[in-house]
Amino acid sequence: MNNIICACGHENPEGTVLCGNCGRPLTTEAKKQKLADMRYEGTARRSQTYNKSIIDKVWNFFSSVKVGISLIIIILVAAAIGTILPQVLFVPVRGAAEIAAYYERVYGSFGSIYNWLGLSDLYGSWWFQTLIGMLGISIIVASLDRVVPLYKSLKKQRTRRHGSFMKSQRLFAQGENILGEDTLSISEEKLKDLRYKVKREKGALLAEKGRFARWGPYVNHVGLIIFLLGVMLRTLPGFYMDETMWLREGETLAIPEVPGFYLESKEFILETYDKEQTDEVFGEAIERVGTIASNFQTDVVLYKNSEDALPGQTTDLIEVKKESIQVNKPLKFEDYAIYQMDFRLDELSTMHFNLSNKATGESLGDLSINLDKPEPFYDLGNGATVELKGYYPDFSGFENGEPQTKSPVPNNPAFLVEMITPETPKGETSFVAIKQTVEPFGDNNYKLEFQSVDTRDISGLTIRKDKTLWILALGGVIFMIGVAQGSYFNHRRIWIHENNDGQLVVAAHTNKNWFGIKKELDQVTETAQLPQYIDQQDAEDQELKKDGEKSS
Amino acid sequence: MTQLVSISSNLLFVAFVCYLIATLFFGGAVKGTKVGTTSNSEKRWGLLGIIVTIIGFISHLAYFITRWIAGGHAPVSNLFEFTTAFGMMVVGSFILIYFIYKTPVLGLFALPIAIIIIGYASMFPSEITPLIPALKSYWLYVHVITAALGESILAISAVAGLVYLLKSVDISKKSKQRFWLEAVMYTLILAVGFVASTTTFSLMDYEASFNYVDKEQKAKSIIYNTPPLFGMNEYEALTPEAMTPLVETPSIINAKKLTTVTWSLLFGTLLYGLIRLITRKPISALLKPFAQKANLQLMDEIGYRAVSIGFPIFTLGALIFAMIWAHEAWARFWGWDPKEVWALITWLFYAAFMHLRFSKGWQGEKSAWLAVIGFIIIMFNLIAVNLIIAGLHSYA
Repeated sequence: MNNIICACGHENPEGTVLCGNCGRPLTTEAKKQKLADMRYEGTARRSQTYNKSIIDKVWNFFSSVKVGISLIIIILVAAAIGTILPQVLFVPVRGAAEIAAYYERVYGSFGSIYNWLGLSDLYGSWWFQTLIGMLGISIIVASLDRVVPLYKSLKKQRTRRHGSFMKSQRLFAQGENILGEDTLSISEEKLKDLRYKVKREKGALLAEKGRFARWGPYVNHVGLIIFLLGVMLRTLPGFYMDETMWLREGETLAIPEVPGFYLESKEFILETYDKEQTDEVFGEAIERVGTIASNFQTDVVLYKNSEDALPGQTTDLIEVKKESIQVNKPLKFEDYAIYQMDFRLDELSTMHFNLSNKATGESLGDLSINLDKPEPFYDLGNGATVELKGYYPDFSGFENGEPQTKSPVPNNPAFLVEMITPETPKGETSFVAIKQTVEPFGDNNYKLEFQSVDTRDISGLTIRKDKTLWILALGGVIFMIGVAQGSYFNHRRIWIHENNDGQLVVAAHTNKNWFGIKKELDQVTETAQLPQYIDQQDAEDQELKKDGEKSS
Repeated sequence: MTQLVSISSNLLFVAFVCYLIATLFFGGAVKGTKVGTTSNSEKRWGLLGIIVTIIGFISHLAYFITRWIAGGHAPVSNLFEFTTAFGMMVVGSFILIYFIYKTPVLGLFALPIAIIIIGYASMFPSEITPLIPALKSYWLYVHVITAALGESILAISAVAGLVYLLKSVDISKKSKQRFWLEAVMYTLILAVGFVASTTTFSLMDYEASFNYVDKEQKAKSIIYNTPPLFGMNEYEALTPEAMTPLVETPSIINAKKLTTVTWSLLFGTLLYGLIRLITRKPISALLKPFAQKANLQLMDEIGYRAVSIGFPIFTLGALIFAMIWAHEAWARFWGWDPKEVWALITWLFYAAFMHLRFSKGWQGEKSAWLAVIGFIIIMFNLIAVNLIIAGLHSYA
């Protein structure tokens, strides 16, 4: 490692732009520039000093802000591409083949290619997650690479800087010392009024405030890293759980992945805005849109298994609490939260039939079939019985004379029954559905006739456990503190020197908000009668000053 | 209560008119050409401009409050309400920046943009809608208002960028910058075209009904409020006197929206053509004299300052509060819903903006272009994501 020795005798590590002691430019490039590059105070960063081993090279890659920005842009573009078509998450089919078919059918060949390229599950893809991971590494490395030398440099900064340093500051003035020896003291007082911290050395003054604003970017990067760590933790078992359950009214079910807890649905409630009853200001909207839902709610009872119960035992449940789960109001207990997410209305639950003599119309009694748990055998009490020989919950027609069911969900229940009455002890076979009766073995004397059906609603609930939330929240809070610290405060410095010719040299620097520091420097200039500064970056300002000089 | 609603919409109209008048006053405040000097008459115009702007803003705020009282919830629950509130905050942010930097030229460009935003908003159904279950949460106010505030301050940076570019880009010579600057102007005119076409056809009470088959092969019906240039998939016209669509579109395209967009394009292009025909100048050349008085360094500074004020607020509202609410309402803090993704894209973009500016020294023109692009992304999220890419946020 070759140290650079400055004219003032200070040794600077390789890569230093401005001498750490006096502020003289050290590189040929820096010497040529009119304005000093004040980023990181012109210090050398690890990435500029070392470039030998593979570790150095990796470090240097990730420490580059250019690489960081490129990663941001790539992620940004990828994220945008992911919104061209809906992601698989939002598509109403499951399974790779069905999904491929769906994209092809709905979005044509473009959809087909989109899905084939994996863009339909972009955010979950390995390459997208790798990009985010790389951005995370970039944030860590780039921050460490800069914060250490910046901290050191700001900590040991000198009051007197070299003339070339002063001259290359954006706000700069040089001129007559009108108030003579008192200038620095008057300036000091004014600067202290403006809440600057002032350091004095013989013939030199450094006023500084808001240095902590410089740490803002590093603080917010720490927040981002904590947030990303929290997100990563979710993939480890035990930190995060996401399950769904469908719960019917009146049903009590074990909550998936929550051992020992049971949930009973008392009722599902769907409310809509009623034009008559709601505020009249809504009338117009309700008229235009039609029905507007106002509430989705499941009234539930949460139960816990007693301590000594066997797993799965449901006889000994202890009520924990009764609650109404609404959208935006999940049920929370222990580490878990249960959300109202979905519903299905009016699922068939019980069918009522009547057994009667076809000729006389005489009734032999009613029977009710629970569609979840149909009994194999119903005794009507007066010698008549009905035996269920077949149950087809979602009857879809006959195939080779056999009744078929589309699904196990009771959408269109049908039964094959054998009716035995005192009159027909051998039994008669009949096939009954809601609006259909088939007598496969010829005319029967008796018929089992559909009367009515009971329905119930089903609630779609989501069960969540997320132990990473506090980490995410912590990351978010730290990020906000850092970003506010860096955005709403500025690090301002003003140097005032008396040089060897008895002239005053003034320079000022801020990391942002030059308008603000100019206003303060104006006040100091007026109070201490400092030479008028110019903004060396503002060509118009300089022209104006020149005009002013000519006319005066 | 219904009376309060009509008072409320009158207040919005008053605000709209005030912004129009204030724009003219600000025009008077920057008519001189000499940089850095302000004549007394210019000062007077500027003062009048900001006073009328503030009156308009107060009226706008009163609209917001009365509508809140009448509806019982903050008026940010549909596209009309959100967009008018966004327009209000753009004006509010401008007032804030005006009092820091005293720059009437910013008003001359910020107010017309606010006017276009409000005009755009009023094309959507404006009745007060009761809240659907997902929106019933105080996070609605917290999240939406903070996000809109952040976006509106970011919008001011784009206004400063636009002023910067109008002054600094040499439009006497052919260049990429000249082309894109004019493209931005044309896009603004297209927004006016949308307002003009929608208003024209709604004044005519135009209506054409169709039956069609959607992408899930279901039979549906739809009502057009503009003459149907494009027909829905397998459409069947129900209004005999209406025009026959020129083209039938496949089912993934919403031909009604495509028609609206096409009409906006036609009206906007016609308007743009007329302006060019009458004035014989590109719009950027027309506006350039008004930007001439601006100090470039100051515009650059305002642009950056607005980003550094707006970015933390945007992060808080559009990402952090959004995540907290999403966790309560949808059982997850992040779900890659298109609106969420575009909020993230906006955030990443401004993050890149700040890194480019700080580390790569992108100041001046580059920075101004970035600010303008940032605003385009925000507008894309507001307009395109709501209307084209359907997701959980498509309430309007």
